[in-house]
Amino acid sequence: MSLLSPVSPDPAAAAGPSSSRSSGPDGGAQGAHGAPDADPGIPQRRDRPFSRANLVRTIAGGYIPLILATLVVFLPLLWMVLSSLKQPGEIITMDLKVLPESLNLENYQTAMTTVPFTKFFMNSLIVTAVGATIKVLLAVLTAYALVFVRFPHKNLIFVLVLVALMVPPQVSILPNYILIAGLGGKNTLWGIILPGLGTAFGTFLLRQHFMTLPASILEAAEIDGAGHWRRLWQIVVPVSVPSIATVALVTVVSEWNDYIWPLIITDRPETMTLPVGLTLLQNSEGNGSGWGILMAGAVLVIVPILLVFAALQRYIVAGLTQGSVTG
Amino acid sequence: MTRQLTERPPAATGPAATAPAAPRRAGWSGRKRRDFFVFLALALPNLVLIAVFTYLPLFNNIYYSTLDWTLGSASATVVGFDNYISFFSSADAAKVLGTTAVFTLVTVGGSMVLGLLVALALNSKVRGTTFARSAVFAPYVLSGVGVGLVWLFIFDPGYGVLAWLLRGIGQQSPQWINDPQLSLVMVIIVYVWKNLGYCAVVYLAGLQSLPQDVMEAASLDGANGFRRFLSMSVPLLSPTTFFLLITTLISSLQAFDLIRIMTPLGNGTSTLIYEAYLQAFGAFNRAGYSASISVVLFAILLIITVLQLRFVERKVHYS
Repeated sequence: MSLLSPVSPDPAAAAGPSSSRSSGPDGGAQGAHGAPDADPGIPQRRDRPFSRANLVRTIAGGYIPLILATLVVFLPLLWMVLSSLKQPGEIITMDLKVLPESLNLENYQTAMTTVPFTKFFMNSLIVTAVGATIKVLLAVLTAYALVFVRFPHKNLIFVLVLVALMVPPQVSILPNYILIAGLGGKNTLWGIILPGLGTAFGTFLLRQHFMTLPASILEAAEIDGAGHWRRLWQIVVPVSVPSIATVALVTVVSEWNDYIWPLIITDRPETMTLPVGLTLLQNSEGNGSGWGILMAGAVLVIVPILLVFAALQRYIVAGLTQGSVTG
Repeated sequence: MTRQLTERPPAATGPAATAPAAPRRAGWSGRKRRDFFVFLALALPNLVLIAVFTYLPLFNNIYYSTLDWTLGSASATVVGFDNYISFFSSADAAKVLGTTAVFTLVTVGGSMVLGLLVALALNSKVRGTTFARSAVFAPYVLSGVGVGLVWLFIFDPGYGVLAWLLRGIGQQSPQWINDPQLSLVMVIIVYVWKNLGYCAVVYLAGLQSLPQDVMEAASLDGANGFRRFLSMSVPLLSPTTFFLLITTLISSLQAFDLIRIMTPLGNGTSTLIYEAYLQAFGAFNRAGYSASISVVLFAILLIITVLQLRFVERKVHYS
């Protein structure tokens, strides 16, 4: 804001952008008699609230970039949905039409019969639900222990967790593949879930939150004879629901989208997750005629997360940009 | 963020640490012992998992990198540094390191600059910024596989939207997929599209935490918008910029999903991480060689992380 319109002492100026929006194109005319230069106390400024220049600036500086940015994000996704509803003939054509001729779900049916899509979907659901539940639980327990339970060298342990946060999982895929395959975990759901269960991110985020809880409420509970287990579930967890939700949602999103590990540890369709299954679909349909089918597959992997994000984006954004704003 | 961690006195970790002050050094009291086991019961599963699947692989990777070993084969020979020597002396090394450098620098620079511009737009006082903020952030949480497929279709030289738009102005679509250089450009564009929302939201938080009184004083002094942006916002945002530089650098170096989906053969897009994947899990199954590339990648990431830890406290702080 401060970049686009210099702060004016005139309170009406603050209402400028919003009034000009509602008054539309005739906002300038309205401003011409609405705010004459009669006020003797205030020196005349360039940016009278309803001036044409101000209106243009609000639209050019405020709305156009916003609309552009939003369109750049939405158009490809909209194109995905529209294309998933098109017949092959409508896609393989030089004469592109934006809207599908009729709403038919044929591509979805084809995607599900070409590869076992329902199975992929179920596998993804299981991996995400089981993986995320265990991870969040482990994060809560570890963070509680790190903050509220006495133990030698706790800070060193925490530093080791922090360092683990910085180790990229991609670097570990070959050794983990050898380890899990050696244990017989290839093409199993537990083989997909197990290596990702240790959670440095959730532990870190929840520990930071638990540190801010007032010690007094826990002291009171301790005097009342509540042990660690009761203090954890009856005090710490209930007052930390937003932070735990943040960890849970970020974990769900990353489990659902996880690709490189399931790609490596599975090579049979029965245990593939959705992203890996899409790769399989791409191999069989990636010859031009299958774009509609592939877009149907992309919808199935993208839309669930998009819905979760739309409903609960506040927590997800907060969790993923954690640590950016120093306190 | 680390500052907050280290400055906190250990005594503030809760009632257990402060309440029984008197018999503190009395030794192995019952309560202390109980806490010891409670801690282990609560934290050990997670700590063991982190040790086994995060720390152990680092050392195993270093060990594997000294082997001449085909993945799946029962025997391996210890060859010392041979894998590193053959990687760095091959023509692949220059290509892979060059691709990694181009991909990383352009995606980091691109998403940060565009992210800042979008953040400035989001920081304007018009209605709808909350919605736009969420919309811009959305691609960041979407599956790289799904996003890659959608954009692959858009870039399709035959039936893609882009080819159609280009035909409209009488141009032929470039061969995005077959031309190694263009496929790198294509993957970079999509990567920036997917990640710039993250930079935008972080920059927006930075912009909104700028001291308003200072900015107003500057505007009363007659500094115009652009002047204020260059000489005030940009320097004041330097902690945010530094944070973003490190986080985006680290994630760009790990970019895998888009490359795998859009250019499975790694033709022109083989970065270190992708080359490590191809060598081990592609046609050759060269496990030892792949491990040595992973170690190189890890060394680079380690250097960046150490630099971050050294500089983040000192250089960029205004408060």
